[in-house]
Amino acid sequence: MEILISLIKIVIVLFVLLTSVAYIVLLERRVAAAIQNRIGPNRVGWQGLLQPLADVVKLVMKEDIVPRQANKFIHDLAPIISIGVALATFAVIPFGNRIALFGHDIKLQIADVNIGILYILALTSLGVYGVTLSGWSSNSKYSLLGGMRSSAQMISYELAMGLSLIGVIMIAGSLRLDTIVEAQVAWRWNILLQPIGFITFVVSSFAETNRLPFDLPEAEPELVGGYHTEYSGLKFGLFFLAEYANMVTASAIITTVYLGGWQVPFVHSLGLSDVSVSIIQVLGFCFKVGMLIMFFIIIRWTLPRFRYDQLMNIGWKVMLPLAIANLLATGLVILLKWV
Amino acid sequence: MNLYDIVFYFFAFVTLASAGVVVFSRNIIYSAFALLFTFFGVAGIYVLLNADFIAVSQILIYVGGILVLMLFGVMLTNKVIDVEMKTGTLQTLPASVLVALIAGALCGIFYVTDWKIVRGVSAPATTTNSLGEMFMTTYSLPFEVASIVLLVALLGAAMIARKDRLPQIKNQK
Amino acid sequence: MLTEFGRVFIFFIIGAIFVAGGLVTAWLVRPQRWYPNKLTSYECGEEPIGDSWVRFNIRFYVVALIFLVFDVEVVFLFPWAVVYQKLGMYAFVEMLIFLAVLLVGYAYVWGKGDLDWDKPEPQIPSVKGKEVTKPQYAEEVTG
Repeated sequence: MEILISLIKIVIVLFVLLTSVAYIVLLERRVAAAIQNRIGPNRVGWQGLLQPLADVVKLVMKEDIVPRQANKFIHDLAPIISIGVALATFAVIPFGNRIALFGHDIKLQIADVNIGILYILALTSLGVYGVTLSGWSSNSKYSLLGGMRSSAQMISYELAMGLSLIGVIMIAGSLRLDTIVEAQVAWRWNILLQPIGFITFVVSSFAETNRLPFDLPEAEPELVGGYHTEYSGLKFGLFFLAEYANMVTASAIITTVYLGGWQVPFVHSLGLSDVSVSIIQVLGFCFKVGMLIMFFIIIRWTLPRFRYDQLMNIGWKVMLPLAIANLLATGLVILLKWV
Repeated sequence: MNLYDIVFYFFAFVTLASAGVVVFSRNIIYSAFALLFTFFGVAGIYVLLNADFIAVSQILIYVGGILVLMLFGVMLTNKVIDVEMKTGTLQTLPASVLVALIAGALCGIFYVTDWKIVRGVSAPATTTNSLGEMFMTTYSLPFEVASIVLLVALLGAAMIARKDRLPQIKNQK
Repeated sequence: MLTEFGRVFIFFIIGAIFVAGGLVTAWLVRPQRWYPNKLTSYECGEEPIGDSWVRFNIRFYVVALIFLVFDVEVVFLFPWAVVYQKLGMYAFVEMLIFLAVLLVGYAYVWGKGDLDWDKPEPQIPSVKGKEVTKPQYAEEVTG
C-alpha cells in the first residue's frame, strides 16, 4: 500500500512536472513576444494552447543525426544524464504539508531525505556531466567550446550556491527540507532573515541553469547552439526539456529554502477544514514557483549577456566572498542572540 | 534473500563491473566515464549502510569534483587523435602475483577477523548531527588540520597549474 | 518499510522509464535517411577543418582544481552548520580558524591572478609576409 501511494505520487509529480515544463516553453515564447511587441505562437489551439503538443510531436518525428566524427555512445548518453539530473532533484522537494485523503495520511513529498539540501547540491554538481560530455562527444568546435565554458561556469557558481545555503541551515539546524520549510512558519521566511544569501543563491541558480544573463554556453551569436549544436530530434528535445525542468527545480528550491515553501501566511486563521488548508498550501507553493519562473523569463528577455571573464569574476570574486561574509554574519547574529 | 540483499548485490555488481571497465577499457575516456558508475555504486552501498552524509559527500566530491577534474584532464590536455590515448597492460605476471597476494591477504583478514554483529540497534535518523558534534568536540584538532591540508592542496594546485611556469607549452603553440 | 532513499531509487527508475519510453517511441517513428554530407559536423556550412579534440586552455583545469578544494571545504561546513545553534561560541571560533586558514589560500590565488580569466592578446594577421601593424588592423576592424 505504502509503495502504491509512493508510485502514484511519483507518477503524478513527473506528469505535472513534464506538462508544466511544456507549458513554460509556451509561456516563455508568449512573454518574449509580448516584450518584443510581437504576437507569438497563437495558432495551434485556442491562444496557442496546443502548441507544446505540436512541438513534442515534431521533435519525436525528427531524424536523429549523429555526426560521423562523434563518439556515438556518449553522444546518446549525454541528454539522458541531463534530463535525469533535472528530474531527480524533484524527488526531495516538499510541495505541500500532509494531507488526509481516503483514510490515508499522505505526505506531499516523494522522499523526505534527511539530508535533502546536500542531495540537491550533489545532483546539481552532476549537471555538469550532461553538458561536458555532450560538448566533447559531438566533436564539433562550437559544442566543445560551449560545453567547456558551461562546465567551468557551473562548478564556479556551485560554490557560492553551497555557501549561501549554509546560512539557512544554521538557522533551521537541519538539512531536511521539510524542517526548513516548517521553520519558516508565518512570515519567518528565510528571504527576510537571509537577504544576502537569497541574492547569491538566486544569482547562482541563474548561472547553474545556464539562463540569461549567464547563458554563455549557448551564446547564439558566437557559439551557434553551444553544447547541443550537433543534436537533433528528441535528443535535442531532452536537452531543451532539461533546461526548462532545471528552471522549475531551481524555482522550487528557491521557494522551499527562501520563500517559505508551502507555507501560506494566515491560512490557519481562516477556519477552513484541514484538507482545504492542505490544498491551499499546495496552490501557494505552485503560485510562488510560478512567480519565480516568470521572473526567470522576464530577466532573460530584458538583460544582456555577460562576457565570459566578467562571468568568472562575478562567480569567484563577488559571489564567493559575499556568501562567506553572509555565513560569518549569520553566525555572529545567532551567537549574539544566543549568548 | 530479501529486498535489502538484492539492492546490495545490485550496487555491488554496478561497482565491480564498472571498476572492471575502468581497468580494462582501452579508451581512456570510457575508463573515466565508467568511474562515474563506480562512484555511484559505492555511494549506493553507503546509503544501505545508513551513512547518508558520507554517501552524498561521495557524490558531491568524487563525482562532482574529482571526476570532473579527471575528465577535463583527459579531454583537454592531450591531443586525443595525435597521441594515441590508449591504455595497455604491462608486466602482467608480476602484477597478477601481487594482486593474488593482496587478495589472499584481504580474504585472510576477512575470515580471521572476529566480526561483531550487533542486532536490534536502530540506526540514527541522520549521521550529520553526530558528525558535526564530533568535529566540534572530540575531533576538533583533526578538523583544523584538515583545513591546513586543504590550504596546502590549494597552494600546490595553483602553483603547478600556473601558466607562467609552463613557458615551453606556450611556445609550442 | 520503504526507506526515504528507497523512494528516491524508485523515482529514478520511473523517471528512467519515462525517458526511455520517449526515446523508444522516437526511434520507432522517426525517419532515418542519412547521407555523408548530413553527417558532417556543423561549421557554418563549410567543410569542417581538422578535429575539435584539441589541447585546450589550461584555465579550465585550474578552475576545476581550485573548485575541488573549496568544494571539500563546503562539505565540511554542512555538519558544522547543523549543530551550530547547539554549540554556539566554541563552534563559531573553531569555524573562524578553519575559514581563516582557507581564506589565506583564497587571498593567495586571488592575488596571484589564478582567478583571473585571461583575455588573449589579439592575433595580428599578416598579409603576404608583410605584417599588418596594429593601428591599421584596428582601423580595418572598426571601419
